[in-house]
Amino acid sequence: MMAERSWTIAGVQDALRSKQVSARELATDFYSRIEKRNPELNAFLALSPERAFAQADRIDAAIAQGENLPLLAGVPIAIKDVISTKGVRTTCGSKILENYVPPYDATAVERLEAAGAVILGKTNCDEFAMGSSNENSAYGPVRNPVALDRVPGGSSGGSAAVVAAGLALASLGTDTGGSIRQPGACCGIPALMPTYGRVSRYGLIAFASSLDRIGPFATTVADAAAVMSVIAGRDENDSTSAPVPVPDYPSEIETRLDGLRIGVPEDYFGEGLDEEVREKVQSGIALLERLGCRRIPLHMPHTDYAIATYYIIATAEASSNLARYDGVRYGLRVPGGTLMEMYRRTREKGFGAEVKRRIVLGTYALSAGYYDAYYLRAQKVRSLIARDFADAFQKVDAIITPTAPTPAFRLGEKTADPLQMYLADIYTVTGSLAGVPGISVPCGKTREGLPVGLQIFGRHFEEGRVLQLAHAFEQAGGLTL
Amino acid sequence: MKITREDVLRVAELAHLELSPEEVETYRGQLDEILTYIAKLEQLDVTSVEPMAQVLQPAAESHPELREDTPRPCAVADAILAQAPDARKPFFRVPKVIER
Repeated sequence: MMAERSWTIAGVQDALRSKQVSARELATDFYSRIEKRNPELNAFLALSPERAFAQADRIDAAIAQGENLPLLAGVPIAIKDVISTKGVRTTCGSKILENYVPPYDATAVERLEAAGAVILGKTNCDEFAMGSSNENSAYGPVRNPVALDRVPGGSSGGSAAVVAAGLALASLGTDTGGSIRQPGACCGIPALMPTYGRVSRYGLIAFASSLDRIGPFATTVADAAAVMSVIAGRDENDSTSAPVPVPDYPSEIETRLDGLRIGVPEDYFGEGLDEEVREKVQSGIALLERLGCRRIPLHMPHTDYAIATYYIIATAEASSNLARYDGVRYGLRVPGGTLMEMYRRTREKGFGAEVKRRIVLGTYALSAGYYDAYYLRAQKVRSLIARDFADAFQKVDAIITPTAPTPAFRLGEKTADPLQMYLADIYTVTGSLAGVPGISVPCGKTREGLPVGLQIFGRHFEEGRVLQLAHAFEQAGGLTL
Repeated sequence: MKITREDVLRVAELAHLELSPEEVETYRGQLDEILTYIAKLEQLDVTSVEPMAQVLQPAAESHPELREDTPRPCAVADAILAQAPDARKPFFRVPKVIER
C-alpha cells in the first residue's frame, strides 16, 4: 500500500482531512510495519487490533460526517505495559502478571483515546519498570532499532524502540529514575518526563510512588508537546495529580529563546562521562547559545549523592508497593500448604532477579534498626538535591546536561553488575528526586552512529519552557550535530 | 558493610520471598556492594535537614488535600473477581488460615 512514510501528528491530520488516507488504512499500515519489524525488536508484548480498528472506524465516520477532528485523531500510539488498558493484557514485563487483563483504563490512556488516538498495543519494558536496559523483562530484551546488538535503554525500552523504528507515531512511557529520558537518548528520539503531579497516574501500576511519572515519546518535540497537552492535568481519580492549569504546549513551543538563561552544572561533566557524549553535548550547548540563550556555569553540590539516595528511596517504596503480589487477588498463584507458603512460592516464582534484588534492598533499608540510617537519611539528602535545583532556578531558566553518561551499551554488557547498571541513571535520577520536568532531545550521533541525548531540566510545571528549548534545538539541527 | 546470609534470610522472610541458597549468596554479595556504595551518604551532615516528605510543590498545593467524602458507585466486583486465581463470589479463596 503506502511506502514507509514518516508521519507527524500534523501530517496525519492533514492527510485524514484531505482524504489521502483513512484512519483504518493508517492503522493497517502500522500493523504491517509491526508484523515485519517486531520479531527482531521484541518491542511489543501485546497488540490490540480490535480496539484500534474500532477507534479508527469511529474517526473515519467522523471525517465522513464532516466533523471537527480532535487533536490526535487517527494517530497510532503505543502504551508501556505498566499502564492499564481495559481488556488488553498488561503484564508489567513480569511473569507474576502474565495473564492479567485490567478491568479499567488508565486516565492517560482514556484521555488519548478521547482525543482520537488509536492504541496499537502494549510495549515491552523492564519488569515493573526496574532497569536501565530492558534486559530485565520476563519476555526477553528489546533490541535497539538503531543498532540491534545494543540495548534500547530502559525501563521504557519498548516504548522508545517502537517510535524510533516507526512502528508507532508516539508512545507513553514511565519515568522513575530516568526510564523515559535514558531510552529516548539511546534510541535517538525526544522523550519527556513531566513534573511530578502533572500527569494522572490513575491506572499506572506502581513502582515507587514518590517518583513515578507518565510521559510521552515522539518523533518530534512538537508531537511530544501535542501528546502532553492531551494527557496533562488534574484527575479526580489521582489525588497526587496537581490542579495546575495546563498551557497550550503546541503554541508555547514556538516562542523564541532570546535571553533565556541556561545553566550548565559542572557536576554533570565529570568522571565517567564518555568523551564523545561530552563533545556532542558541549556542541549542543553552543548551539543553544547561538539561538540566543545565555550560558551560566552552575555548581550543584549534591549531584554525586543522587544514585545512592535514589536506590534507597525507590527500592523502599517498591518493596512496599510490590507486597500486593501475593497470589490472592490477581496474577500468578503457586499453591502451598499454608497461606504463607503460597505467598512465598508465588513471589519466588513470579518475580525476576532484579525485582527480588530491589525488594531485598528496600526491605532491608526499611527494617527495624536500619530505617534511620538508610531511608530517613536518604529522604534528607533528597531535600538537599531538591534544594540544589531550587537554588539553580533562582539564577537560570533551564539546566542543560547529558542525558546518560554513555551511548546505548551492548546487550549483556552490564547485566552481571547491578551497581554499574544503576550508574546509567546518574544524570537523570537527580531531576526525578527533585520532582522537576526534564526532556531528552537528540544531540547528534557518535562516530559509530549511536544517538546522544541532551537533557533539559525546567522548573516545576514549566514543561512548556523545556519543550520550547528542545523544539528550537531540534529545528536548528540538534539531531545532526 | 558486612551483610551476612542471616541478614538476607531475615529480609527475605519479612518480604515473603522464598530464596534459593544460590540466590541468598548472590544477593548477599550484591547487597554488600550496593550498601557500601550507598554509605557515601554518611559523608553529608544532615542533622539540620528536614526529610523530603512531599514531592508536590507549593504551587500545586493551593487546594485542600482532602476531597469531599461523597460515595460513588464502583460496580467492578465481578470484573475484579474474574481476575483472581481462585474466587467464589463474593470471596477470594486462600488456603485455610485458622487451625481448630
